[in-house]
Amino acid sequence: MNRINKLFAEKEQDILSVYFTAGYPAIDSTREVLLELVKNGVDIIEIGMPFSDPIADGPVIQKSSLQALNNGMTLKKLFEQLKDIRNEIDIPLIAMGYLNPVLQFGLEKFCQHCKDVGIDGLILPDLPVDLYLEEYKDIFQQYGLHNIFLVTPLTSEERVRLIDQETSGFIYLVSSASTTGARKDIQENQIRYFERINAMKLSNPTLIGFGISNHETFSRACKYAHGAIIGSAFIHALDEGEKSLKEKIQRFVKSIKT
Amino acid sequence: MAATNYNVNKKGYYGEFGGAFIPEMMYPNIKELETKYLDIINDEGFQREFKSLLKDYVGRPTPLYFATRLSEHYHVKLYLKREDLCHTGAHKINNTIGQILLAQRIGKKRIIAETGAGQHGVATATVCALMNIQCVVYMGDLDVQRQSPNVARMRMLGAEVVPVHSGNKTLKDATNEAMRDWINNPEDTHYIIGSVVGPHPYPDMVTQFQSVISAEMKTQLKEATGHENPTAIIACVGGGSNAAGAFYHYLENPDVQLIAVEAAGKGVNTPETAATLVAGKPGVLHASRSMLMQTDDGQVIEPYSISAGLDYPGIGPLHAHLHQSKRGKYIYATDHEALKAAYQLTKFEGIIPALETAHALAGLDKISFKQDDVVVVNLSGRGDKDLQAYIDNLENYVDNE
Ligand SMILES: Cc1ncc(COP(=O)(O)O)c(C=O)c1O
Repeated sequence: MNRINKLFAEKEQDILSVYFTAGYPAIDSTREVLLELVKNGVDIIEIGMPFSDPIADGPVIQKSSLQALNNGMTLKKLFEQLKDIRNEIDIPLIAMGYLNPVLQFGLEKFCQHCKDVGIDGLILPDLPVDLYLEEYKDIFQQYGLHNIFLVTPLTSEERVRLIDQETSGFIYLVSSASTTGARKDIQENQIRYFERINAMKLSNPTLIGFGISNHETFSRACKYAHGAIIGSAFIHALDEGEKSLKEKIQRFVKSIKT
Repeated sequence: MAATNYNVNKKGYYGEFGGAFIPEMMYPNIKELETKYLDIINDEGFQREFKSLLKDYVGRPTPLYFATRLSEHYHVKLYLKREDLCHTGAHKINNTIGQILLAQRIGKKRIIAETGAGQHGVATATVCALMNIQCVVYMGDLDVQRQSPNVARMRMLGAEVVPVHSGNKTLKDATNEAMRDWINNPEDTHYIIGSVVGPHPYPDMVTQFQSVISAEMKTQLKEATGHENPTAIIACVGGGSNAAGAFYHYLENPDVQLIAVEAAGKGVNTPETAATLVAGKPGVLHASRSMLMQTDDGQVIEPYSISAGLDYPGIGPLHAHLHQSKRGKYIYATDHEALKAAYQLTKFEGIIPALETAHALAGLDKISFKQDDVVVVNLSGRGDKDLQAYIDNLENYVDNE
């Protein structure tokens, strides 16, 4: 069973998924960040594959992507870093990034490497569902990779249904019409959107992401979905202060959970 | 007869290039454009308004000028399609007039645009002033500095110019930032892309609006030479909108050679180039699959050219297709060759071209023609904005006779 499905079968609420950019803050921190997140009880990790032109991302992830690339991060390097990671951690791992580096690496070779290191799913924001169905679905399935789609407040009901039908992991509810980035609170209109999606009784679980930044926004989001995803706020926390990476991660995860 | 179709197909592709690799956040807007653009453009009322503005506001038809001295120099019949005489000084306004009318018809209240040289930004700010619509232009911080007169023009026209500090601070980064703005403001905003790039239907939509160039050319050539068809048409390509417009009505006519000139910067064998078809490989940028300058790891490479309007790491999917199918001949000119051609045109014909356009003129040195050949160079823009670069290089190029 895919680890994503296993997780949602065992845990129905307050699922915490954390995004970080591979190769950030240092080229060799990928593994340390992963292990530390797991140790502190995170449920899912999204491993960001940095791209030079991340159009769906706000300033924080733009900056971490650029820094990672300047550090010398590549997909080849990432797969080396993830080698044997499955001897140490068992939670779902999702690779997140833009299509072009994946295509240059070679789609099939990429999927093979994902399978080899134990990646469970993919989030490729610039791969729309229509194109996925035509050209990518078969190959992803062949390698046991769940493709995770985004749904936004403006996604039509018909399209949400299509995405639900084509999803076999979870649905990523983008909390508002925006690029990635932390916000302080969740507005009324966002709540109405979450409720509208809930009322659709989708067959897949949902996680809310974009703008989730602290305990308050996390626990609010968890009321309307199976859990939530934090990216920019985590990366920001890695930047702050003089403490060790370990301590920063520990403190951050703790601050979200309590 | 072999299937020769250079039009976009239903799915938004030219051969293997094009498509719409858009994040879900952009889907509703792109879908709306895709379903409506052809009906809107082909609507009689739209066409009436579009044509009337092109005539009375832009100053179309632009002249097709027989360049006597340059013709003698190259031993051909050389015509210049004078897009530099369009209001605001370049072909860019053909597209912005079309798109602002379209934006009004789909009920948008706010316009965003990216700009490199500032020509598209000025053309967008101009139509927004004309229609009294809010306008935000993203421009790489480096370009803000290189093209300060155009920044001033945009501000005077009431546009907010937002300097972009990400990446290399040029056109690619401005485009990223405009797309991010659109993601954050999906309901009231229309994004006026300035070239035949971006997700379907933009490449086709912009081509349609620019196709007025070749439509006029046909009539004007017939009048001047007795034939609609020239031997060759030469245009510069950044994203490729002026070339697409100049080629469009001749695409299905193999007798007409289509010659496009990319910016080679300091040379195609140096890292400082913008010649995408030489230095690039297929890839996905700005939601479209085309040729792309990139590393082996698929990271986009920042291009270089002396001309801010040509230093884009990609090229419109139509051009990638015309190149691959060999319908078009794609060549390149360096900074040096472009500067030389600019001073030459100025001296021979009394016309100061834009640095972008100078690359098309440099193409004349690279092609051999026969005596009676009729060649049209698409003079995409005028050189006022580049005066500082021309002043800086004057001593090296203008000999003291
Ligand atoms: C005068 C002129 N010509 C050409 C271009 C290049 O654009 P395109 O390749 O879309 O025609 C520009 C862009 O700024 C321009 O200002």
